[in-house]
Amino acid sequence: MTSKLLKSVRQYKSASLITIFAVAVEVIMETIVPFLMYGIIDDGIYGGDTQRLITLGIYMLACVVVALIAGAAAGWFSADASCGFAANLRKDLHYSVQKFSFADIDRFSTAGLVTRLTTDVTNVQNAYMMTIRMAVRAPLTLIFSLIMAFVASWKLALIFLVAVPVLWCGLYLIIRFSHPIFEQVFHIYDALNGVVQENVSGIRVVKSFVREEDEKRKFGKVSDSLYKKFSKAEGLVAFNQPLMRLVIYVCLVIVFWLGARLIVLSGNTELTTGKLTTLISYAMGILTSLMQLSMVLVMITIARSSGERIVEVPDVRPSLASPEDGATAIKDGSIDFEGVDFGYFGSEGAKALSGINLHIPSGATVGIIGGTGSGKTSLVNLIPRLYDATSGSVKVGGRDVREYDLTSLRDGVAVVLQKNELFSGTIAENLRWGNLNATDEQLVEACRLAQADEFVSSFPDKYETHIEQGGTNVSGGQKQRLCIARALLKSPSVLILDDSTSAVDTRTDALIRKAFREYLPDTTKIIIAQRISSVEDADMIVVMDGGKIDGVGTHDQLLKANRIYREVYESQQKGGDEDESKQ
Amino acid sequence: MKASNKKARYSAKTVKRLMNYIVLHNKGIFFISFISILISTVADVAGSIFTQLIVDDYIAPLLTEANPVFTGLLKMIAAMASIYLIGVLCTLVYSKLMVLVSQRSLKSIRDDMFNKMQSLPIRYFDSNPRGDIMSHYTNDTDTLRQFISQALPQVFASAITIVASFCIMLYYSRILSVVVVVVTVIILIVTAKISGGSTRNFIRQQTALATVDGYIEEMFNGQKVVKVFCHERQAEQGFDALNEKLFDHSRRANRYANILMPILNQIGNIQYVLLALIGGALAVGGVGGITAGVVVAFLTLSKSFSMPFQQISQQVSMISMAFAGAERIFALIDEPPETDDGYVTLVNAREDEEGKLVECSERTGIYAWKHPHGDGTLTYTRLAGDIRMVDVDFGYTPEKIVLKGVSVYAEPGQKVAFVGATGAGKTTITNLINRFYDIADGKIRYDGININKIKKADLRRSLGMVLQDTYLFTGTVMENIRYGRTDATDEECIAAAKLANADDFIRRLPDGYNTMLTGAGAGLSQGQRQLIAIARAAVANPPAMILDEATSLIDTRTEKLVQQGMDKLMAGRTTFVIAHRLSTIRNSDVIMVLDHGRIVERGNHESLIAKKGMYYSLYTGAFELE
Repeated sequence: MTSKLLKSVRQYKSASLITIFAVAVEVIMETIVPFLMYGIIDDGIYGGDTQRLITLGIYMLACVVVALIAGAAAGWFSADASCGFAANLRKDLHYSVQKFSFADIDRFSTAGLVTRLTTDVTNVQNAYMMTIRMAVRAPLTLIFSLIMAFVASWKLALIFLVAVPVLWCGLYLIIRFSHPIFEQVFHIYDALNGVVQENVSGIRVVKSFVREEDEKRKFGKVSDSLYKKFSKAEGLVAFNQPLMRLVIYVCLVIVFWLGARLIVLSGNTELTTGKLTTLISYAMGILTSLMQLSMVLVMITIARSSGERIVEVPDVRPSLASPEDGATAIKDGSIDFEGVDFGYFGSEGAKALSGINLHIPSGATVGIIGGTGSGKTSLVNLIPRLYDATSGSVKVGGRDVREYDLTSLRDGVAVVLQKNELFSGTIAENLRWGNLNATDEQLVEACRLAQADEFVSSFPDKYETHIEQGGTNVSGGQKQRLCIARALLKSPSVLILDDSTSAVDTRTDALIRKAFREYLPDTTKIIIAQRISSVEDADMIVVMDGGKIDGVGTHDQLLKANRIYREVYESQQKGGDEDESKQ
Repeated sequence: MKASNKKARYSAKTVKRLMNYIVLHNKGIFFISFISILISTVADVAGSIFTQLIVDDYIAPLLTEANPVFTGLLKMIAAMASIYLIGVLCTLVYSKLMVLVSQRSLKSIRDDMFNKMQSLPIRYFDSNPRGDIMSHYTNDTDTLRQFISQALPQVFASAITIVASFCIMLYYSRILSVVVVVVTVIILIVTAKISGGSTRNFIRQQTALATVDGYIEEMFNGQKVVKVFCHERQAEQGFDALNEKLFDHSRRANRYANILMPILNQIGNIQYVLLALIGGALAVGGVGGITAGVVVAFLTLSKSFSMPFQQISQQVSMISMAFAGAERIFALIDEPPETDDGYVTLVNAREDEEGKLVECSERTGIYAWKHPHGDGTLTYTRLAGDIRMVDVDFGYTPEKIVLKGVSVYAEPGQKVAFVGATGAGKTTITNLINRFYDIADGKIRYDGININKIKKADLRRSLGMVLQDTYLFTGTVMENIRYGRTDATDEECIAAAKLANADDFIRRLPDGYNTMLTGAGAGLSQGQRQLIAIARAAVANPPAMILDEATSLIDTRTEKLVQQGMDKLMAGRTTFVIAHRLSTIRNSDVIMVLDHGRIVERGNHESLIAKKGMYYSLYTGAFELE
């Protein structure tokens, strides 16, 4: 996982290395300061050597100034390195998502992807920054301080050889035992948030069934177990501070006792008062660095789950790739399904389509009717290769779709999806998704065909009207018509409308179909609809049921020969059928 | 959306209230832990006095003796060790206790918040975005946790350390103390400067992050459209520009934040050197009674003195974030709850020999409204489902009236349908019947009783609901059906599922009725969720029903199944139907056509068709319902 993530460091490698180097310089300079200190005390104060006092003082100041510059540089470059790393990660993630096939898109929720690009990347960014600063600083401080302590007085420094492992073991045990409990805490946290979320979203259900008290109990239970587990975990972590102090104090007491004796017995030669002060400084440095190290470890473990979630995304191998040197020209709009089977989970999973054989001549208008889950959408999604058939072959213009360059194929086969989306921006900008270079006249022309020009022109800003995110400021019917116009701008050989006029009134719906018939005679038009009226004048109608073709024919033929078609027709005849689409 | 994005605003009252939460719930514990913090901090600072004493009073004189005796030193060291031991014990005590304090306070805040939330009127949920409500439980509570368990003890300890070490420093040497104070002032100025720049840029970073957030959310939502239009490159270019901006701001913010600590550290070191130099010079010159021991002690003391300033400065932004979070949490807790002045209750009843209703405790299938009157008498009215609205006016805000002069009469067992465009007021009417909202003017009577007099819980229990947003909960299918009535047996739940035409598909689920549903029933189709919601309402078996049909996403054949379920559910009950497909309401007793909050047409299907008015044009599809 780590190596995969680190690939995104790229151009910020040098900033990262500079950081590490600068931190090292800072640490070395910092450890020299206490070492010079004993000279000041012994020679300067006790010895009364003012000259030496000033010289050493200047050395120390020089060290501090270098440490200051190095430290600031480390901070500066680590910001560049970690933020740059994060930016690259986001870019790479975004790039991977753009490579997603439809099947991949189905696997990840939008919210999940957004979390990965934001929160998870931020966690990794912080961990990276910690690593190149603290994770370098702490062990270096430890090592240098130890060395210097040994140089100052190896006898007393032996204490650290005992203290360091003891403290380290203690800190390790705390992490070791608290970490699994924290994992549980996070799970309970999720459960708690789950209960809240359900209650916020489903509050009408809760209130109308008068279940407030039960929900309070449910929450109380989760909140209680969160309290218990969290207290347990934090209770373990609470040993950190006292343990740290205990070890420091024990070291101090021993250093003072042995140190004082050594000074006195050796007559201020083997150990001096100055050296004793220096040793005390190092003791603090060594033990704090251990503490920092354990903090870094905790940070990294927290970031690990974020890292794991991030690498999940690039791990998605696009399940659908454009062939090299694929065909770019589509001969005509004829479509053939030859023994096509299809399942969303590959050949093992449940089949969404099975045994499909169908020929659609170029320029025909085809209606598709069928219940939910009957395979209508799956069928048309195979034409622009939004998914690949599990077996069999789908052909456009007499050629297997897998032989086409993907962009050319999708430009030639326009789909207006069931889940229509407009993006924030002007109407014209949205329409130009279909053709970046479309002239204003072409926009108007496409909107006329889609029966959208009339309402667009009625807006004060006309084609420059701003569409809100999700297209919330136009009605469902208007949105559908704009989406159709957008698809028309591709001048496709095949146009697929997947239930795209459900919110459009029947009269306008008829006008759209009439316009298609008159102005797009060469385009193959495939219309999935709930309303019989939307398909009854089609050249051929395909009735889908349970992933199979149940019948093919014209309206009159099917009315005579197909039971499902007749049922749908009758249910709509006697009831009238106008639905109110609230998108 | 993000807590840090919001302005950190809070009042002194909030701080006081938060402290109450922390202190009041744990008075004893809190007191003990603060005493412990006090002792442990003083013990820590006291260590430096021992340093001075050992150096000046023991090491220096002993050096001059030929046969040094160490008993005095040993006693001194033992005293030092015992004070340190007390310090360690106190640290242990307060570390453990503060965990309890913080976790307990958080638990009571969480519980109070949720319990309060359950009592809030629907209006609160309609007017606050879900994400905002959620973030009280996540972001806001999280910052509080950090505040209570880390910042609070640290700030207290820091304050004590500053005072204690400053006192000792003054005692030892005024001149050296001045040096320390001057350096500290410099530290404070530098901190203010740098963290100011950091805060400014962090705010910019949050804005940039929110922009990226919005962009990818929109794009990923429409990712299929992006693919269909081969728009990947443009999407990337758009993203790269925003990403670059975010990078720039976050880099600046982090640069400031990152250089602060090393700079403060080294200023601390400069102070260390200055003290050694000045102290050394003074000691050599014998000025102001400064000894080597004093210099050594000062070196440690100065670190104890300036360290807390750094620590507090690191905590400041977190503390203000925590207070801002507390402010938002208290705002939720202070929301006025749904009021309920109802005193008419729903009770089980049976008929005695004379056919009079008598209250009883067992389930009889007969319910009665128990109506206490001012003169102390009680009357029982049989629950029948007769609902009347007379001249009702209503607006979600006083300025904007949504319903005007609406009158609806539904006799027991009747089916009343509402038809009209989005925003015409259909759902609003049903919101009034179960008192999710209260009417501004007019009357609503249930079995002849003013619904304001009925206890809300009982009113709602007498009204079944199948909502457009068929919300299912995490749990098994069986549990979801039982949601309608807690004491329903498995058999009753299955019977309800059969009635709702749901039994068939439930049995085909991997674990049948024990299949776990998660994510609001994500694994089921819209139609299947609807069927479970119908079963849920059926198990409650109320005399009156409100059906907000959401069938626009269900195809006509599945809808038939749903419709049959609904029809069976409606049989014999007073039902209000909000129709999305006119085919489903042809057989209604009354159809109300709503337009802009008024009933513009009413009658049955045949009479409305004959009228050739608005219903007719809706029915024939000449009208776009939008």
